[in-house]
Amino acid sequence: MSDMAAESSAPTELPRAKTDWLPLLLVPALALLALPFVGSPSTWVTLTLAGLAMGMMIFLMASGLTLVFGLMDIINFGHGVFISLGAYATLIVLGPLAGWAQADSIGLNLALLGLCILCAMAVTGVVGAVFERVIVRPVYGSHLKQILVTMGGLIVTEQAIHAIWGASPIPIPLPQSLRGAFVFGDIVMERYRVVAVVIGLAVFFGMQLLLNRTRLGLLIRAGVENPEMVEALGYRIRRLFVSVFIAGSALAGLGGVMWAFYRQTLTAGMGMEVMVLVFIVIIIGGLGSVGGCFVGSILVALVANYVGFIEPKLALISNILVMALVLIWRPQGLFPVARR
Amino acid sequence: MSTSPALALPFDETRRRSGFLSTLLSSDLPRSRVLSVILLAILLLLAATPFLFSGSQPIGTAAKICVFIVLVASYDLLLGYSGIVSFAHTMFFGIGGYGIAIALERMGPTWGSVAIGLVAALALSAVLAIAIGLLSLRVRAIFFSMITLAVASAAAVLASQLSNITGGEDGLSFQLPPSLRPAFRLLSEPVFGTVINGRLIAYYLVFFVSLLVFLALLRIVNSPFGRVLQAIRENEFRAEALGYRVVAYRTAASVISALAATIAGALMALWLRYNGPDTTLSFSIMVDILLMVVIGGMGTMYGAVIGAALFVLAQSYLQVLMSAGSAALAGLPILPNIIHPDRWLLWLGALFIVSVYAFPGGIVGRLRQARQ
Repeated sequence: MSDMAAESSAPTELPRAKTDWLPLLLVPALALLALPFVGSPSTWVTLTLAGLAMGMMIFLMASGLTLVFGLMDIINFGHGVFISLGAYATLIVLGPLAGWAQADSIGLNLALLGLCILCAMAVTGVVGAVFERVIVRPVYGSHLKQILVTMGGLIVTEQAIHAIWGASPIPIPLPQSLRGAFVFGDIVMERYRVVAVVIGLAVFFGMQLLLNRTRLGLLIRAGVENPEMVEALGYRIRRLFVSVFIAGSALAGLGGVMWAFYRQTLTAGMGMEVMVLVFIVIIIGGLGSVGGCFVGSILVALVANYVGFIEPKLALISNILVMALVLIWRPQGLFPVARR
Repeated sequence: MSTSPALALPFDETRRRSGFLSTLLSSDLPRSRVLSVILLAILLLLAATPFLFSGSQPIGTAAKICVFIVLVASYDLLLGYSGIVSFAHTMFFGIGGYGIAIALERMGPTWGSVAIGLVAALALSAVLAIAIGLLSLRVRAIFFSMITLAVASAAAVLASQLSNITGGEDGLSFQLPPSLRPAFRLLSEPVFGTVINGRLIAYYLVFFVSLLVFLALLRIVNSPFGRVLQAIRENEFRAEALGYRVVAYRTAASVISALAATIAGALMALWLRYNGPDTTLSFSIMVDILLMVVIGGMGTMYGAVIGAALFVLAQSYLQVLMSAGSAALAGLPILPNIIHPDRWLLWLGALFIVSVYAFPGGIVGRLRQARQ
């Protein structure tokens, strides 16, 4: 990209964009509100930590979708199948390297997880490129057709997973040293959730850095604001679009790996099951907003945890309630993306 | 005009024709000879199934086709005529089914409980449809798709969890009113070699209610109200500028469609004498409905008839064909997997994608084009 860039003149200081703090305060406010209802502080800390980790995993799965929507104005109902595909791609690594999962060494176990993630991201990235070319490209601009066609893509890809890996659920064991939990007094934190938090935070800050501090991010954000102008300046917006779609699919693959190890079973429908949560999260966050998606994921996961502890029957519809309340407060989501 | 060939003829031209058939079909005639023949064949076959075929499989398939015609036609009102994608259609289908099932199970097998169950289900569906519509159609139509998906999945989870009301995963089996039971005899003598029993009456109940609801839906989409929906679909901004309240119209469309789906659910439960999460609420039924609407033809009520008939028949008989093909190719590496009978959705999914691109009017649109 940079070789075609029209070099900008001396950088002038722009006024900083105002940060909307209100939705960010929602998370600590909610956590504090839940404290008296939960009762014991140690249970509360356990619930909160578990909720944060769960939120990270949801964020990993949802971030790609909101990124693609934000830039390309494409709503990919087939996103869920990339989560499943990423999960199944771990089998490519787990097959030959089964020994690494049994080894009682953190280094080998984490290396295995890393390899799984790389493999899954490669597979979903490639399939994402094909998906964009074959399924999505002819229907740029029409949401109705996008929903229909990506649903079709979802059906076909899900059936293809069945055809390749078989229709029955496949168990995948968590690597040895990631099992179990850290215990500090009464506070319990599963080890795997710590890994999920680390990866989730890394991806979030990585995305923020990329979008806000690099030339590529600048172009992507400019493309969101005004694609014609970016094109007029000599950038190939199409190539940018495709790379964002591939990145979105690869992120879904990454989320899929994390989700698969959390569930420890693989089914082709697993991505579609979690898609409901993903949609709720990106609606709460504001369609197209990565930060909103992050806050929304944590919010939904925390509420699910607290409500599940206080009133288990209500937990089933707590997500919907959160979404309804947020939409009544801000009909466009927490961080509305101003466009269109 | 681009999304649907249903509007290929100007409105006035169709309205000028008159006659009984035209009134019955709300002046929206098939407009293709082949299509008319196919529709007539489907109608006659469905009407005569109990006399033509023996055994329970054909009559079961026919009843399923009737129910799905209503379900798919009501979905077409949303998707094809209003241009909004809902994923909560199975929720309303399920509400209808559970309304009948719960009422008949709790209050005994009488026609009174059927009526109470149906009315309660219709009321619940209407309230839910209004709530979802007002919450999500205000902002952008795309919210509606995602929110309906979320709400529908919550409904499915609720139905399987509240097992003391809904029977949980097992669902509810119940007794029908006496006049619909197989032991009931309307006439002592068989007609054309077929005994007129309660099962037959139940079939014709399903058939005629389906036919009535279908004709009512056809009337609605060809009314001024239906025209406004199509105008909103084609250009939301312009319709609003002309003074139509887009949110009100879209919400009304989603309520009507929800009510029709509820009736379909009630018929399904009455026919099966059972209702459970898998028969009415599952997401795979939602996918089936989408396939039927798009393959049959969006924005043409007749597409629902063709789509539903084709799909239900394919569901029953395509798999037989595919298992033969799969057996013939045994020994090859991945080919037998691809045409394995369980993979029939793979092929319908591909057909679905091709339909959306190549024939947005589906089979009906294709047939109508061929005439011109």
